[in-house]
Amino acid sequence: MTKLDSKIPEGPIQDKWTNYKNHIKLVNPANKRAIDVIVVGTGLAGGSAAASLAELGYNVKAFCYQDSPRRAHSIAAQGGINAAKNYQGDGDSTYRLFYDTVKGGDYRSREANVYRLAEVSANIIDQCVAQGVPFARDYGGLLDNRSFGGVQVSRTFYAKGQTGQQLLLGCYSAMSRQIGKGKIKMYNRHEMLDIVKVDGKARGIIARNLVTGEIERHSAHAVVIASGGYGNVFFLSTNAMGSNVSAGWKVHKKGAFFANPCYTQIHPTCIPQHGDQQSKLTLMSESLRNDGRIWVPKKKEDAEAIRAGKLKPTQIAEEDRDYYLERRYPSFGNLVPRDVASRAAKERCDAGYGVGTNETGEAVYLDFSSAIMRYGKEQANIQHIHNASETKIRELGVDVIEKKYGNLFQMYEKITADDPYKTPMKIYPAVHYTMGGVWVDYNLMTTIEGCYAIGEANFSDHGANRLGASALMQGLADGYFVLPYTIGDYLANDIRTGEISTDLPEFVAAEKEVTDRIDFFINNKGTKSVDYFHKRLGKVMWNKVGMARNAKGLTEAIAEIKEIREEFWKEVKVPGSADSMNPELEKAGRVADFLELGELFARDALLREESCGGHYREEYSTEEGEAMRDDEHFTHVSAWEYKGEPADAVLHKEPLNYENIELKTRSYK
Amino acid sequence: MSTANGLNLTLKVWRQKNDKVKGQMETYQVSDISPDSSFLEMMDILNEKLINDGGDPVAFDHDCREGICGSCSMYINGEAHGPGREITTCQLHMREFKNGETIYIEPWRAKAFPVIKDLVVDRGAFDRIMAAGGFVSVNTSGNTQDANAIPIPKADADKAFDAATCIGCGACVASCKNSSAMLFVSAKVSQFALLPQGKVEAKERVLNMVQQMDDEGFGNCSNTGACEVECPKGISLDNIARMNREYMSASFTADKK
Repeated sequence: MTKLDSKIPEGPIQDKWTNYKNHIKLVNPANKRAIDVIVVGTGLAGGSAAASLAELGYNVKAFCYQDSPRRAHSIAAQGGINAAKNYQGDGDSTYRLFYDTVKGGDYRSREANVYRLAEVSANIIDQCVAQGVPFARDYGGLLDNRSFGGVQVSRTFYAKGQTGQQLLLGCYSAMSRQIGKGKIKMYNRHEMLDIVKVDGKARGIIARNLVTGEIERHSAHAVVIASGGYGNVFFLSTNAMGSNVSAGWKVHKKGAFFANPCYTQIHPTCIPQHGDQQSKLTLMSESLRNDGRIWVPKKKEDAEAIRAGKLKPTQIAEEDRDYYLERRYPSFGNLVPRDVASRAAKERCDAGYGVGTNETGEAVYLDFSSAIMRYGKEQANIQHIHNASETKIRELGVDVIEKKYGNLFQMYEKITADDPYKTPMKIYPAVHYTMGGVWVDYNLMTTIEGCYAIGEANFSDHGANRLGASALMQGLADGYFVLPYTIGDYLANDIRTGEISTDLPEFVAAEKEVTDRIDFFINNKGTKSVDYFHKRLGKVMWNKVGMARNAKGLTEAIAEIKEIREEFWKEVKVPGSADSMNPELEKAGRVADFLELGELFARDALLREESCGGHYREEYSTEEGEAMRDDEHFTHVSAWEYKGEPADAVLHKEPLNYENIELKTRSYK
Repeated sequence: MSTANGLNLTLKVWRQKNDKVKGQMETYQVSDISPDSSFLEMMDILNEKLINDGGDPVAFDHDCREGICGSCSMYINGEAHGPGREITTCQLHMREFKNGETIYIEPWRAKAFPVIKDLVVDRGAFDRIMAAGGFVSVNTSGNTQDANAIPIPKADADKAFDAATCIGCGACVASCKNSSAMLFVSAKVSQFALLPQGKVEAKERVLNMVQQMDDEGFGNCSNTGACEVECPKGISLDNIARMNREYMSASFTADKK
């Protein structure tokens, strides 16, 4: 019944990738010069892929909607990047990283892909250091590591709280080198609006020049989608304002299956929403959970007094604080995986213990006071200060915390006007990452021949929940070390094809479709702005398809999203013209796609009658509120085939076989 | 509807259709802005109002809204990224302004950054400077040496990191009376000059990047230091000194091309 072939190579898991690489077709250097590849998106995945493919000799055309590839949202990743280097000698290995990632993903990812990811992880660090990425180092001059949630080793490499920035600038440098050589033709401020298929193969895209409004045809022998995740379907998320699903959705509409749309990561440590005028949410790095302790008051009356502004957190005695993560999950404590930490925060707030002073009251504390004292005492010992006063110890401790997390604390203070060295931070979960995405096989090819999806845009490696510091790892693994091999195996058949003409009728038809849609937006006599619809969609998604889902809410959401979509097409108002820079027109196209994705997302969540990772169904939980998987019926990838309306999408199942890891109930207790 | 602490403001905003026509300041009113809103959220509210009134919303660059992508680029009340130090416009909050205040909002002003529309400028010159030498010439291979093969003194690694935190927003250029890009260029030159991986090509790099900077029409540095004050990431003037030293030394000792 299934059309899905994951193309996993034969052999033991630790040999699959090596064997595969030894047997694929290669393209000789002279022939590479005759082959064009389009890369859409220039974040870690797209940037590293574009640079590596150009280094190999392919002609790369790279597209980004920002004014420079350096601004892709990978830049905002804070905490770090995982790699199985075992520099700390704490028992790390490729197998352990593989195991942690599969377990962290709640046994819903493809073993072979995850193993390969773990296998190439160490190369990423070597490559980035060679590029001049300034990772944090210890006093001996060697690389430093920190811990992230869901693991018991220190394998996370970092550059203060700006790891994503440093890695992306590394990619951007590598791209710049190829741009200077003319091997990458860079199209800044361009947005892909459709994919063009010729004889069933991806052969180009239609893009809009966001400065002039011109619609352009671009041809290539393969198209790589590296456009990131779709968290902005919730309107409020930690994604950039421009982050969107459109590139992924366009290929979906032309034949690429969309997998596991309901797997969304709600990150536990974000700054709570302040009000209705808010445009986006800001993440506080998970690395803060290395030293911060999460708590709410034990007594409801204390929580109420805090919400009313009558009591300060620092006035609550130690014994009246509920460190609920340490209480519920003693072995992982504050470093449980993200999905677990998020749900636990929601549980406390729903039960009336939230400490937010906003309308919703939704917030919990992330407190550094005990870490400050602990580090202070350590420093006093190091500096031989005997009988140090509490003030002195505090001072020394603050100094250590500032060195580790200074920029994050500063960012928090700027947004909230609260000083986190003196009073605990207030945090609440927010939409952050989407594990679901375009379905790809082992080669990272979608169900459209010659169309690839990499990084967050694909669905492949994180299962139902992603571990911290693994997104950067996957983006760079795909772009630097996986795609450059797998795409060659495909392009080897194209060495005699020659340049693809953009005059082919397929290009003309795709362009017309794009222009018609733009004309519709500009000419529609609507009354409501694009944001009006996006915010309404976001509310439905957050309330009914968010952290906790149930059949009733999901069924309602499906109907409501459809309604919003129908109203959108009648009432949307887009000012300005099509032939100049028009940010509202850009948003209209993106929200139109979110309105379709949202419905499919809710359907996928409704059909997955189990709780796993980021997907939590209230009906499928234990009495203690822990998630309950149904391995018998749901150990599969749900891949959706487009058939017009989201309600008509056809579900295909790719069974997940666990040959190396035994399926277990995920426990962090 | 007005809340107790909502702000009512007068905005004077630069409007310019494209790079071919002249622009001018336009006056707008916004009311009941929450002091907790960011400056860009205030701009969103202005735009929503303009759209609903049948007007043309103000175009401005923005993306991550957490101070790291370097997209936002407004010149507010005569300062790049507005009042406040070490912040971008998206990190500027309305609590910094008083009820009834008039706020002037302009694009970056520099010959090398032509206006595209309203507050949006073309910073492509920065990309071209990067393409001239802002990299280490190493291909992706998986066979580079182990990351810990060359220990790097922590002090050097930290200094390289501090230089590398530049977000390429262009505030340095906009703040400089000469529209000089020295702080931007020197940050990248310094990052690589401080690391063993970057030393191999250090000479060619600084010569090529400075050449491209000059070709783009940026002005010279006269050590005023406005760039350092306005830089959202606190990039130090020391980097300019380092670049000058690198440049001098390279000019005398580099192999003739």
